[in-house]
Amino acid sequence: MDNLLQIQNGQAVSRADIPDLDFTVFQQTVLDATLHGGFIVQFFAYEDEQSMLKLIAVIRSGLKLYVAGCSLAEEYPSLTPQCEKFHMFEREIAEQFGVRPKDHPWLKMVRYHKNYRGKEDIFGNDYSQDIPGNYPYFTVDGDAIHEVAVGPVHAGIIEPGHFRFQCAGEKVFSLEIQLGYQHRGAEKLLEQAGLPRNRLPIIAESIAGDTAIGHSLCHSQAIEALANLEVHEGAKIVRTIALELERIANHIGDLGALSGDVAFNPPLAYFGRIRGEFLNLTLTMAGNRFGKGLIRPGGIAFPVLAEHRQIMRNKITDETPGLTNVCDLLFSAHTVLARFEHTGTVSRDIAEKLGLVGYAGRASGLPYDSRITFPTEAYDQVESNSNERTVGDVLSRASVRREEIMHSLQAIPKLLAKEVDAEPISVPPSYTLAPDSFVVTINEAWRGEVSHCLLTDKEGSILRYKVKDPSFHNWTGLAMSLRNQGISDFPLCNKSFNLSYCGFDL
Amino acid sequence: MLKVIQNRREQGYRTTNYPKEPITLYSRYRGLPTVHQECDKELARQCAEACPQQAIDADKMLIDIGRCTFCGQCEIQSQGELVTFSNNFELGTSSREALFTSGSLPALAEHSKQHFKSLFGRSLQLRQISAGGCNSCEADTNVLGTPFFDLQRFGIDFVASPRHADGIHVTGPISNNMKAAVLSTYEAVPSPKVVIASGCCSISGGPFWGSKDVVGDLNSLIPVDLYIPGCPPHPMTTLHALLHFFK
Ligand code: SF4
Ligand code: SF4
Repeated sequence: MDNLLQIQNGQAVSRADIPDLDFTVFQQTVLDATLHGGFIVQFFAYEDEQSMLKLIAVIRSGLKLYVAGCSLAEEYPSLTPQCEKFHMFEREIAEQFGVRPKDHPWLKMVRYHKNYRGKEDIFGNDYSQDIPGNYPYFTVDGDAIHEVAVGPVHAGIIEPGHFRFQCAGEKVFSLEIQLGYQHRGAEKLLEQAGLPRNRLPIIAESIAGDTAIGHSLCHSQAIEALANLEVHEGAKIVRTIALELERIANHIGDLGALSGDVAFNPPLAYFGRIRGEFLNLTLTMAGNRFGKGLIRPGGIAFPVLAEHRQIMRNKITDETPGLTNVCDLLFSAHTVLARFEHTGTVSRDIAEKLGLVGYAGRASGLPYDSRITFPTEAYDQVESNSNERTVGDVLSRASVRREEIMHSLQAIPKLLAKEVDAEPISVPPSYTLAPDSFVVTINEAWRGEVSHCLLTDKEGSILRYKVKDPSFHNWTGLAMSLRNQGISDFPLCNKSFNLSYCGFDL
Repeated sequence: MLKVIQNRREQGYRTTNYPKEPITLYSRYRGLPTVHQECDKELARQCAEACPQQAIDADKMLIDIGRCTFCGQCEIQSQGELVTFSNNFELGTSSREALFTSGSLPALAEHSKQHFKSLFGRSLQLRQISAGGCNSCEADTNVLGTPFFDLQRFGIDFVASPRHADGIHVTGPISNNMKAAVLSTYEAVPSPKVVIASGCCSISGGPFWGSKDVVGDLNSLIPVDLYIPGCPPHPMTTLHALLHFFK
């Protein structure tokens, strides 16, 4: 770790302080870290002011966070053969900057777009053609093998993506997931020269709408660090509550969907309604069921006062017993347990190799929860949570969600009990960003670790805006969970992960 | 089994009586805005300048609710002098022009195309297409199937196959990577068919306006029959629009 600079979550550092290593030293250093218990938080390229290509790695190891950088050549030896955690990151860099990671075992496009530098396309795609482009899928040969292709448009009200199964009869040997359909150019838009600053939070909260709070927190904290904005204690409490409400609502919805997928309809109906109650609590604060508009650099946009606290307290008191009972109904039904148990198992070993985060990681025995490891906002006042079943199957992922719902339901009233009023920031906001600076922010949103990373140039304009949704780590986990499963278990496995397409596609 | 019955008793009957009985949303919900015509021009210009979506026309004193994300900034900035948001969720319109508003919208029921009412008034099956949005629009469309709203009691449903659908309901700014899929899904729906643009993304690009990676306006690809504004539209906005446009 000697070559890495230790940093704090959400604290700006001067770009000049980031170690600029020789590539081989950089490679050895990040491999050492990631092969010995470290995980990638960010790994991305950018062009500096002189149009030189640079690489940045942000690594977490234990309770510590590190950063290092190096210059990047047009071609470099891929890190993936030695450490799988780099797999998707290297593909992303290849797609964004037209740089080739030599000997990458599965070098394919991630989202299907031209690279940012006008270089020849690494994947041989012609982007005047619509997706799917030049994209050979992994195939399994053999007389009994058949291929199942699903999507991009799926059967329900759900985001688009393409799934390709290699099966023998009912059994899935391999699933390959091709996304990119939701790509909106969010990063490019966020760093677009001259973009009015107050568009930033609106874009940030729409990176993944079910994680509007998670992403807007990461965005706001990054701006606050770079612009040296103080956030009032009351606002911090509100922002923490908002993130927990987001967690509760999404977990409840998914437990309902899991129940529906095994044809046990009562919990589906009950959870569906109860989820709405929690979305409406977010609306009580934000005026929007997903919390859009609430979190802005410097604090929150609307006052949250005794009246709002009372509504939240009452609703939580009213709904908790029913919610607890519906959870009990779901988790004590034998027919449900029989379908959840030992389905879609991702072992701890695989989870660690892939670097899974959030409930997907915790359900496979990786306890990382950035609320505890890198606490932001009012999380120093929230107790940690623990999980009972962590064997990596659907039941583990479902139980972890149940435990997290119950944990959040206890945490929120304690935060409300502080009785701190939260006044809004003044609008329109005005701030200047520190020049030549770097900041990385991490929050434990409901799916897991969300992270934004900003680099500013010497004028204090945004030089690079890197977004990472937890789904970027976890989609590969879903693909692995299907190995040797019946294809009819796909919906169940999929729902137990419930990953974001747009959060991945950006 | 006993637990199923116990839970059934505890959960009770929760479906709203809307539209027979009105629903009032919590006051902080930002629905139909009113633009106060008497507002100071300078203040109006300042708010228009600061609007992240460039949705305010300070000369004509209108808001384009097809661009607006209902972030509420203009109301706070002008302390309600230029804009106040009501909790009226009835925002659907049958024309793009009607979304430029100072506070009143044409009654949707009267402006909807009569042949749609006779064709789909008793049964409407929609194919939802998610095309580059943030998934909140999809999520708040999905909840119409939960017991509180219970959309199916009106004979309206979302179906899996475009072949079984009477129309499409599109969310998102139509990412370039979804353009082909949107067009082929549209083509797969038998005529006569209806096209619904839901959320400011599909109407104007929403938060992603100006991005090179999105089309940004469904109407530039296929003619839209019904616009449902919001970011996302409240489920009640969608429910109201569907009932008034088709019933
Ligand atoms: S509420 Fe709408 S009009 Fe007002 S500032 Fe926000 S986007 Fe602009
Ligand atoms: S309109 Fe708003 S809520 Fe709907 S998809 Fe677009 S950004 Fe998301």
